[in-house]
Parts: sequence; structure tokens; C-alpha cells
Amino acid sequence: MPSDQTPKGAAPRRTPARAASVATPAPAAIVAPASSGLAGNSPWAYAPAPESREIVTIRQRYGLFIDGKERAPSGGEVTITYNPATEEPLAEIAKGTPADADRAIEAADRAYRKVWSKLHPRERAKYLYRISRILQERSREFAVTETMDSGKPIRESRDVDVPLAAAHFWYYAGWADKLQYAVPGRRPEAHGVVGQVIPWNFPLLMLAWKIAPALAAGNTVVLKPASTTPLTALLFADVCRQAELPDGVVNIVTGPGSTGMSIVTDPRVAKVAFTGSTSVGVTIAKGIAGQGKGLTLELGGKAANIVFEDAALDQAVEGVVNGIFFNQGEVCCAGSRLLVQESIAEEFLARLRDRMSMLRIGDPMDKNTDIGAINSKAQMESIGELVASGVAEGAQIWQPACDLPTRGWFFRPTLFTNVAQSHRIAREEIFGPVLATITFRTVAEAIEKANNTAYGLSAGIWTEKGSRILQVASALKAGVVWANTFNRFDPTAPFGGYKESGYGREGGMQGLHAYLRSS
Amino acid sequence: MGKKSKRTEKLNLPLTIEPAESSDRLEVRRTAKLYIGGAFPRSESGRSREVQLAKGGVANIAGGSRKDLREAVRVARIAAEPWAARTAMVRGQILYRVAELMEGRAAQFRDDLINHGASKSDAAAEVSAAIDRMVWYAGWPDKLSAVLGGTNPVASSHFVFTLPEPTGVIASIAPEASPLLGLVSRLGGILAGGNVAIVLASESAPLPAVTLAETLAVSDVPAGVVNIITARRAELLPHLVRHADIDGYDLWGCPDELLVEAEQGAAEHVARVARRPHGVKDRADAFDGERGERIDGITAFLEMKTVWHPIGS
Repeated sequence: MPSDQTPKGAAPRRTPARAASVATPAPAAIVAPASSGLAGNSPWAYAPAPESREIVTIRQRYGLFIDGKERAPSGGEVTITYNPATEEPLAEIAKGTPADADRAIEAADRAYRKVWSKLHPRERAKYLYRISRILQERSREFAVTETMDSGKPIRESRDVDVPLAAAHFWYYAGWADKLQYAVPGRRPEAHGVVGQVIPWNFPLLMLAWKIAPALAAGNTVVLKPASTTPLTALLFADVCRQAELPDGVVNIVTGPGSTGMSIVTDPRVAKVAFTGSTSVGVTIAKGIAGQGKGLTLELGGKAANIVFEDAALDQAVEGVVNGIFFNQGEVCCAGSRLLVQESIAEEFLARLRDRMSMLRIGDPMDKNTDIGAINSKAQMESIGELVASGVAEGAQIWQPACDLPTRGWFFRPTLFTNVAQSHRIAREEIFGPVLATITFRTVAEAIEKANNTAYGLSAGIWTEKGSRILQVASALKAGVVWANTFNRFDPTAPFGGYKESGYGREGGMQGLHAYLRSS
Repeated sequence: MGKKSKRTEKLNLPLTIEPAESSDRLEVRRTAKLYIGGAFPRSESGRSREVQLAKGGVANIAGGSRKDLREAVRVARIAAEPWAARTAMVRGQILYRVAELMEGRAAQFRDDLINHGASKSDAAAEVSAAIDRMVWYAGWPDKLSAVLGGTNPVASSHFVFTLPEPTGVIASIAPEASPLLGLVSRLGGILAGGNVAIVLASESAPLPAVTLAETLAVSDVPAGVVNIITARRAELLPHLVRHADIDGYDLWGCPDELLVEAEQGAAEHVARVARRPHGVKDRADAFDGERGERIDGITAFLEMKTVWHPIGS
């Protein structure tokens, strides 16, 4: 994650060649410039610095992880997970069926009743500490696997995803034998079996956000990873084996969305946690209506990143770039709407274009890469469709001149100006490296525009005035507000949305509450 | 009605004036109306229904409609932001003031409960408990952020804190079998968290809700912060749960047979839902004592906001 304190040293302030703005792009909105400021003979070009993949052995085929053992899917079918940076198949993944989900839930239920709920909480804590330690030990292996399977830059999987995942297990381990302090005055109890469905943008980190608090609270787990990014979850199954976690405490069932639905709707599953799109979240909530299950949803977002005229501009540029281009913008809390005060808009956008011209797009395994590959072909098409709508609706598009790899799914970082609040690119979650710029004049207008969305996951504020930060932060309808920083995560800090971004929190003491019921 | 007026006797009035309890004095009946935006409208539908009273006679209860509901949501939305913006201490004091006024109307609340079939002693106990429950909630607003929020010791150079904020407009299907204590126990939680409420009162025993509305109207609770609708629940519920400007639902009193539809409707606009805990029945004693003093009724409709700021120059 880029620093919010200072502009990155590697990035010079001025580009050698300013990219031309695009007046009438093709509907696909991809403009192929003749040359890049970073490529070829440019003095700023970097030599390749690829991370070695030697540390990783990806098997040809992976089964399901049920009751401590690897099992073939009952239907015998497999799907293929691809490397988005090369479009090459990585492995065959078991296509779990409802029958497999049933078997996994049975194992989790048995493990809960016979083993996990009878274990002293102190022992539960020690298992979680073990898992955290093993994740740290095998962090490079996880980072490389994650980058190969998801397309995210190795710099991010190495410095953000994997360390944070280990930190989550570490943090919640300590809660396992201190639950009575999390719910003062009440007797906290586990739910039993929890069903969890996670997305493809932070495969291992989302697994950690789900499994760590669930186990600490004394539940057992059936988790379905995303279809396109199952590898680190399956590698995590190996961590469970290494930690000698009792069989059935963690079960991992790969498969399509329908398999996820059969997990969450099963009557033996007492609590459901989902991270993903709002539409799927709604389907899940409707599917379990009236069943009395606990439910937490972490859904989409359309965060405003608000830059006031007194902001430290270079820091704000860094923060805006980090806010939207971190993980290719495939982040639910991405700062996808830039709200910039009219008085500084021209200057700010000029600096932003300069900075965007210095972004390195390409091989995710290269340690210098800023923007890696888009996770899937379907996601590429979805981003392209929304970008085309932005052009069609009259917003002005700008993309830096940079070389894109000829293979793999890469999307050029995109800046829209002259965006109206009614444009689809200002309302819908794009989940890609696309920033929509809207201007404002007053603080009240900034708040009004920032809150003018069905979502409410996160927001950013850039100003040097402390009292304004507190005023705007309290007026924003968003679960996470980053002031003079963006896209920061920590196991001790609760994360989650307002409004249609979902409910419940992950992280911190508050994140534990969802996995407990108190009598 | 029908109670002896001790005040008349104390005043030593001339004998020529008939005592108030004289059997030929006609009772001035109360019209039980809706409570929307601080006013007492009849239902726009013009409907009312008869509720048989235990002491004989009937009460006409307004039959709230879908349009009444929409109007209640409209005024509640307007009231939401100013109510949330009051300081926690002031919100606590306003709730305490409600308890004070309920104490003054204790006799009428008791009469209401007796008219719905409660014994004298049960009615007295429920009214006392309801007043005490409101006092319990009055103490919560200025403690929630300390109990539920805090600072987060993140592993980077940032100051990070988490605070609870109200969700917004909450619809409450009030408990059916505990028409006063249950109503206050659920409503108190919604208000203490800084939310505004639209309440569907107990259908079989709506009078305590009507009296509570009349109490709230002369309290310091701003107009629109609490709106109380008496209605056929099965008729209004499908519209209530699909109203996209309602942010959360307290389904404590939702009949089991309507629960699936209610939760599905709420899910469509990602509304927050609180419901009866597993195994707890909608019974008259469900809110007695510490069983009713639950913070869950507050926390169900709070959003935790986490704010980050770098430490450094």
C-alpha cells in the first residue's frame, strides 16, 4: 500500500511526456497510445524485477477440504482457475455440489458439538496463534500464490494481504479466552456452525476476516471461496492440517454460487457471513429470511474521496491514487468518486494525471508493478461496459499513455471528469481502476454529494483543518472514514458499511459480536 | 372512567352541584387516533374498528392505512437528522421526561390495560415497570459510545476511533402480548440510540399505545420522532417492510407466520432487522425485570463508524 505520508520516492513529479486527453474514444474506451513515459528508452524505465514462483507448487487438481481431509467432489466435476495475468490455467478445482455442502456442514456440526465447544477457550486461542504463526512462516508462498491466482501485484499481496491475514488470526486468538470482556454483563455463546461466502478481490484476507473471529468465538466454519480465486483458501486448508486443528472445525467447499446458497440456507448453519456484491447479499438475506440465523453482510461501495482546497495536494494525490488503483480498484471500499473543490480542481487534476502517468501496469509478479491484472474476463467486460457508458453519457475520459501486456486481462487506469451525479459511473460500483471526478464549492455541498449514493462503506477526507475533518467525518454516512489517508486496514479497527453497503462489522471487538450470541 | 374523584370531595363544593361520579353524567370518551408528526390525525382511509373493553362498552380505534404509513415515514425522515444531532445528554433527559409524564398518567395506563383484560395488580405492575424501563433507557444515550466504541490500537501510525451512530428511521412491530411494557422496552431502545420510530401498536391491545402517544405529544420528544399507528398488522406489514425509506425493522412483535415475508421485504433494501431471540415467545412476561433490560434493542439499530487519521507532522 502506498504511503499516505509522502509521495513515493520512486515516482518523479513530472512525466517526460504528458499523455494526451482523449476526445472521442472508441466504445471500449481503451486508447492505445504510441509510447509510454515508463517504457523502452525512457530514463524512468525500470528493469523487470520479477518475484520468483519457485517457492510455490501448484498441483494439477485440488479437492474439497471436509472434516480434515481432501475429498473429491460428489459430482466428479471440476472448474479451472486461471492466472489473470497470463490467461493460463493454474489448476483444476473441485466443483462442490449441495451434497458436498451437506457433508461439510455435517462435519462442522459434529466438530462443534463433540470437540470445539468442549475445548477450553485457552486451547482455542492457541490453535489460532498457531495458524497465525504458520501464515507468517509461509507468507511468501501465500503471497506468490495469491498474486498468481488473483492478478494483484506481488507488492500488495506480500505487504498487505498476507501480513494482515496473519495479523487477524493473531488478534482474534487473544479474544478466544476473553469473550466475557467483549460482551460485558452478558454470557456470550457461540452460534455453532457458521456459513461464510467470500469474494475474489482479497481471497486470503477475506478468509482471515471470516474464519479468525468465528473460531475465536467458538464456532466451526464452512467457507466457500470465490470461484476464480480458490487457491489460497486451499493452501489454508494445509495450514489447518499443519496446525493440527481438529477435523471439521474448518471446512472449505469450492464451487459455484448455488453451492454457497445451499451452505447458507441449511438449517444447521446458525450464522451467515457474506462479502460480495449487494445483489448477491440481498439474495442471501432473502434466502434465509425467517430462519432465525444471524447475518452480516459486507457489500458494495461507491466511496467519495473528498479533497478540500486546503489539502496537502501531493499527499492527497497519493491518497486518491491509492484509493482507486489499489488492487486495480477491485476493492469494495475503493475511493471511486473523487470530489474535488472547484477552486483547486484544475491544479489537482493536472497533478493527478501526472501521477497516473507514472503508474506501472503489468506483470503482477514484478515487484515494481503498481497495477496488476483484472481478476477475470467477466470483470474486464463489466468494467469496459461501465466505462463505455461514462463516455456515452457525456463524461470526459482520460487515460495515461502506458504499455499494456499483450496477454492477460489488463485495464488502463481511467480518469473521468465532467461527471454528473446521475451518470452510471458516479452511481454504480465499477470494481475497476476507474475514477469519476465531481467538483463542489462548499463543505455542505461536498457532504451532500458524498452521501448521495445508495452505498455507505467508506469515504476519504483531505484537508489540513482538524475541525473540518471531524465535522465532515460525522456527517458522512459511511462505516469507515479515512482522513488524510485511505485504504487502511487493521484487525483492531472495525470495518463495514452503512445503508446498502451492508451491516455488521469485521475487525475489532465489534467484529467479534457477530459471531456471538449473548444470553 | 368510573373512578371516584377524590379531588371533588376535598374541594368541599356546595351541595347543589352533583358529584362527578353521578351515574347520570355522561362520560367524555376519548377518540383513539393515530399519532403522526406530533399530530393526532384520523386515518386518511376513514376507517376505525371497535375494540371490546373488559369493563363493558367499546373503544373505536383508528384503522391506519398504507397512506398513513407513508406519511409517517415522510415525517420521520424529516425528524431523523435533528434528533440524531441532539447531544446524547439531551436525548437522555428527553427520555427521562417521558418517564416523568408517564408517571403522571399512570392511572390511565392502568385503566387501558385493565380494559384489555389485565388484572388490577398486573396492570399496576406493568405500568410501574414500563416507567422504570424508560428511566433505564434514559441513562443510555451518553454511555453508548464508551461501552460500544473506543479507540483502536492499530499497527501503524494512525489514530483510529470507532463510534456508534443511529441507523435512521426504524419501524417497530411492537410486541403484541405486552402492550405497554413491551412497547416501551422496544421503543426505548430505538430512541436511546438516536433513531426515530414508526410503531405498529399491539393489535389486540392498542390503548396503551394511544395513551403513550398522548404522553409523548406533551413531552419534549420532537414531533415526528415517534409515530404510532394502530392498524391491522397483516394488512400493513407487506407495505411497511418494502418501504425503501425505512432503514431498519424491529420485528419483535411480528407474528411468526409473517416473519418470512417481513424479513424478505427488509432484505430487498438491505434494511437492518432485529427480531425476537430464538426461543423467546411474544408473551406478557417477556420483558419483566432484567429480561427486558437488554442493550440488544439499542445495538440492533446502531452503525459503527471508524475514523482514521495519520499521526505525524
